[in-house]
Amino acid sequence: MRNLIRFLSKNSVVFIFLFLEIIAFIFLAQNNNYQNSKIFNSSNFLVGNLYSTIENVNDYFNLKEVNAELAEQNARLQTKSIISFTKIFGNTVEINDTAYAQKYLYTSAKVVNNSTNRRMNYITLDKGALNGVEAGMGVVSAKGVIGTIKNVSDNYCSVMSVLHEDNAVSAKLKGLDHFGSLVWVLGNYREAQLKEIPNHVKLAIGDTVTTTGYSMVYPDGIMIGTVKSFDLPEGNNFYNIDVQFSVDYRQLSHVFIVKNKQKIEQQNLEELSVIEE
Amino acid sequence: MIVEILKYIGSFILLVLFQGLILNNIEFGGYANPYLYVVFILMLPFETPSWLVLVIGFVLGLTIDVFTSTYGMHVSATVFMAFARTYLIKLIQPRGGYDFGLKPNVQHMGLTWFLLYSVILIVLHHLFLFFVESFKITQFFSTIWRAFTSVSLTLIMLFILQLFNYKSTTKS
Repeated sequence: MRNLIRFLSKNSVVFIFLFLEIIAFIFLAQNNNYQNSKIFNSSNFLVGNLYSTIENVNDYFNLKEVNAELAEQNARLQTKSIISFTKIFGNTVEINDTAYAQKYLYTSAKVVNNSTNRRMNYITLDKGALNGVEAGMGVVSAKGVIGTIKNVSDNYCSVMSVLHEDNAVSAKLKGLDHFGSLVWVLGNYREAQLKEIPNHVKLAIGDTVTTTGYSMVYPDGIMIGTVKSFDLPEGNNFYNIDVQFSVDYRQLSHVFIVKNKQKIEQQNLEELSVIEE
Repeated sequence: MIVEILKYIGSFILLVLFQGLILNNIEFGGYANPYLYVVFILMLPFETPSWLVLVIGFVLGLTIDVFTSTYGMHVSATVFMAFARTYLIKLIQPRGGYDFGLKPNVQHMGLTWFLLYSVILIVLHHLFLFFVESFKITQFFSTIWRAFTSVSLTLIMLFILQLFNYKSTTKS
């Protein structure tokens, strides 16, 4: 007996090793029905929670792509939406689908470069001639007007921002049809001035200012901003209106490029009238 | 002493998480997979009793198995490695034995000693692991190839880890 104990203690490491190794192989053999064991279930519960936490973090990193996808989808839906269509015939026919012709096409784009602090601010988008972008198209976002496409390369386009001293947007007060032109106030990226609104119009602070659609660049009724303050100088026929932009031009990411399919037709017609004079 | 133990517990947790959450997702060429967690067995102090090394190997292997749901695979390989470590340390003992307080790393034991020590143990562990995993002798050469590509990956990571340790201790 004493010899046996001595033998065991002398070779204890080997026995512990064999013991543990046997347990390990029992685990291995029972690999298929390990659910029976509660320890493994609880530990798998812990690790499972850990994995789902990690997955949540991973989801966060995927947000960028998800956003781009959603923007793309929005553009597609916007293209299908009723406000992108114009009636072919008069006001009478409304129900039939063939009564509408697609007038505005939306393409989603991502802002790759942006400036707000210069006199002439430009925005660069990641869509170009290969995506069907042409100079003169309008750019809007979900919140409002962004600008007009100025130059186009194969894969990029540069947008003359609303924050550009030469960019005047044809604008009107929502609900009224009086239109004027909206010019950016140099130096303040949140404000613009609306001019040429005649003095007989009743104004209120907070009135919405939208696009008119006269310029053939933007669809009618795209939000520009709200009236922040206005005054009527003595002996003047027009208001001075300060407009607060609805878009924060420092926080642009996804925008839509708007193509007016009937622009050329309208332009040709208008040029014809000028020539006839 | 307690600080030392806490340090080891901390590195245990870090290594297990690093292995379970990051390295297990790395697969070079479809099958080479680094198993850096064995470093924990490698860096245990010389004075650790052999039975404790075995138990630690068991626990370490089991935690890794929980991450991969391969109960038994990593446990058996890590216990085997822990067992081999006890004998290897005696076998490659320098003349005069190990001074008290020395730790099995490049800085204390020199590059040749550490290279011998780590390569042998990692090769044993990986071979055992991959053979337990495939459990067939028919895939002998592909298993060997897998084991050795993984060994080189683990070794590269181990030496990067050693570099970090080296720098921080020479500075202080």
